[in-house]
Amino acid sequence: MTDKKAWLVLFIAAISVAILVSAPFFGVERITPGMALRDGISGVKADIFWNIRVPRIIAAFVAGAALALSGMTFQAMFRNPLATPFTLGVSSGAAFGATLYIHLGAPFLVLGIPGQSLSAFAWAVAAILLVYGLTRARRGFSTATMLVSGVAVNFLFSSVILFMQYVSDFDNSFRMVRWLMGGFEIVGYEPVYSLAAFVVPGSLIVFMSLKELNLFTLGEDIAAGRGMNVDRVRALLFFATSLMVGGVVAVCGPIGFIGMMSPHICRLFTGANHRYLAPATVMFGGAFLVFCDTIARTLIAPAEIPVGVITALLGGPFFLWLLVAGFSEAGLAGKNRFAGRGRHGGGKG
Amino acid sequence: MIAPAVRVSDLCCVISGRRILDSVSVEIGAGSRTSILGPNGAGKTTLLKCLMRIVRASGGKIEIMGEDLGNYSQRRLARRIGYVSQNIVGEIPFAVEEFVLLGRYPHLSPFSNVGKEDRAIAAKALESTETSHLSGRMFETLSGGERQMVLIAAVLAQGAEILLLDEPATFLDPRHASQVDRILEDLNRRRGLTVISVTHDVNNAILAGDGVVVLKSGSVLYSGEPSAMAGSGVLEEAFGKAFIYGRHPVTGDLITIPDAIRK
Repeated sequence: MTDKKAWLVLFIAAISVAILVSAPFFGVERITPGMALRDGISGVKADIFWNIRVPRIIAAFVAGAALALSGMTFQAMFRNPLATPFTLGVSSGAAFGATLYIHLGAPFLVLGIPGQSLSAFAWAVAAILLVYGLTRARRGFSTATMLVSGVAVNFLFSSVILFMQYVSDFDNSFRMVRWLMGGFEIVGYEPVYSLAAFVVPGSLIVFMSLKELNLFTLGEDIAAGRGMNVDRVRALLFFATSLMVGGVVAVCGPIGFIGMMSPHICRLFTGANHRYLAPATVMFGGAFLVFCDTIARTLIAPAEIPVGVITALLGGPFFLWLLVAGFSEAGLAGKNRFAGRGRHGGGKG
Repeated sequence: MIAPAVRVSDLCCVISGRRILDSVSVEIGAGSRTSILGPNGAGKTTLLKCLMRIVRASGGKIEIMGEDLGNYSQRRLARRIGYVSQNIVGEIPFAVEEFVLLGRYPHLSPFSNVGKEDRAIAAKALESTETSHLSGRMFETLSGGERQMVLIAAVLAQGAEILLLDEPATFLDPRHASQVDRILEDLNRRRGLTVISVTHDVNNAILAGDGVVVLKSGSVLYSGEPSAMAGSGVLEEAFGKAFIYGRHPVTGDLITIPDAIRK
C-alpha cells in the first residue's frame, strides 16, 4: 500500500513534468519541438523561447509549488481544508506590503534581495500573526473564528490597498492594479532568482517538517504528547510559509486558490501522510499554475488574461464545492479514494 | 529509595483568569497504578496536561522520575510519559499502523524516517493492546473501544514508562471497559509501567489501584490508599452525594455505589 502511494506520487510527477516540458511550445510565435530538435532554435525565436517563455514557466512553476506547499502547511496546522494563504489573509498581507513598497516608490535592495519581496514577507508575517492571535483570543480554537478573522484581515488590507491606489499617481496606480491581478509577464531570469531566494529556504523548512505536519494533523494536544515542541514548530512554519507567500506575491501578485486546491486534490490520491502528500503537492501546484498561465497567455492571444483571473474562475467554484460538500466528504482524510484504503463510515466529523 | 514517578508540589494553573489548579501536591510512586477521582471541572484533566506540558503550570514544581520538568525537552519528556486524551477532536486521517508509527516521533532524528525497528515496535504495541488485526484499517472506521486500544498502543510505541490516561473507559460498554482495564493492569503488573488514570469508576479505583488522588475545585481532597478512602467521607465530600458501601456477594471485596435514594 505504501508502494502504491509512492507510485501515485510518481504518476503525478510524470504528468507535471510533461506539462512543464510542453508548455514553452505553446504561444503566438510558432516554435515546435521538431524545430528545436532538428535545427535548434535561433534568432528571435531563441530569444522568445529562452528569455521569455522558459523563465516565465519556471517562475510559474516555482510560484505554484510554493503557494500549494503553503496551503498544505496551513491545512495541516489548522486541520482545515479551507485554511490557505488566501483565506487566512496572508496573501493580502503580502499584497499590502508589496503595494506599500510600490507606493513609497523608493527602490532598495537588501543583500541583493528586492525590497518589494522583503516588504511583502514582513507583512505576510504580520497578517498570519494577527489572524492566529485573533483566533486564539477566543477560548478554544474554532474554525469559524479563524475564517472570519481571515476574511476580516483580508478586508482590512484590501481597503488599505485601495486607499493607496487612490492616493497614488496614475503610473503607480496602474502598476498596482495590473500587479494585483496576478501574472507572470516577466523577461529574463531576474524575477526567477528573487522568487527562488524566498521559496527555496521556505520549502526546505517545510520539507524538513513533514513528520511535524503529520503530528499537527492529529491535533496540538496529541502532537505535544508525542514529543513535538508545538510552539516552536508553529513559529518556524509560520516563518516558512510567510517567506514563500511573501516571495511569490511580491513577484507575481496575489494568485488565489492554488494553495487550496492543489493539496486537497493531491490528498485524494496520496492520503494525509505528508511524506507522500508534500512531493505530490509541489509537483501538482507548480504544474497547475503553469497550465493556467499557458491558458492565460494563449486563449485570447496576442492579448493576455491575468492568470489570477483563471485560477479564481476555477478556484471559486471549487471553494464553494468544498463548503457545500462539507468536511465529512472532503475533510483532511481525503478518503483515499484512489489509494484503495479501507472504507470510511459515513457521517463522521 | 526509588524516586517517585511523579512528584508535584504547590502546583497552580491559571487559564484565562480562572484558577483551575490551586496548590496541588501529590506524589505517585514509580510502578504504581493510581486513579484520579473527582467531580467534573475539578481540574483532573488539567493536572494530566500539566504533567505532559500541554498546559503550562503557573506556579509550583513538577518532577518526573526525580528530575525537574523544566529540564526535559518535549521530545525527551515524551519518551518518559505517554498521554492518552479523553476525546479525539476532529478527524484522524491515518491508518491504524501509520497512526501508531507516529508515536515513534520522539525517537527519530529530524532527518530520519521510521525504519524496520520502529515498525517492529509498533507491531508489538498493537499486539499488546490486542489490536494487531486492525493495523490496516483507517482510524476513523474504528469503534470507540477499538480506538481506545489503538490510542494506548500509540503511547506504548512511544516507549513511555508513565502512562497518563484521561477517562480511558468512560464511554465504553462494560465489555470493552473491562478489556481496557485488563490491558492496563497487564502493562502495570507485568511491564512495570506507572499507570495514572482519571476515572469516574470509583470501584475500579478502589479495587484495581495502589493509590487514589481525589480532586475538588482544583485542590487535593485525598491522596493515599484506596481502601482507606472508602467510607471515610471523602467521596461524599468530593461529589456532594451520598454513597452506599457493601461487600461484593462473591469476592467479598468492598464496593460502593452512589445512593439513588438519599441525596
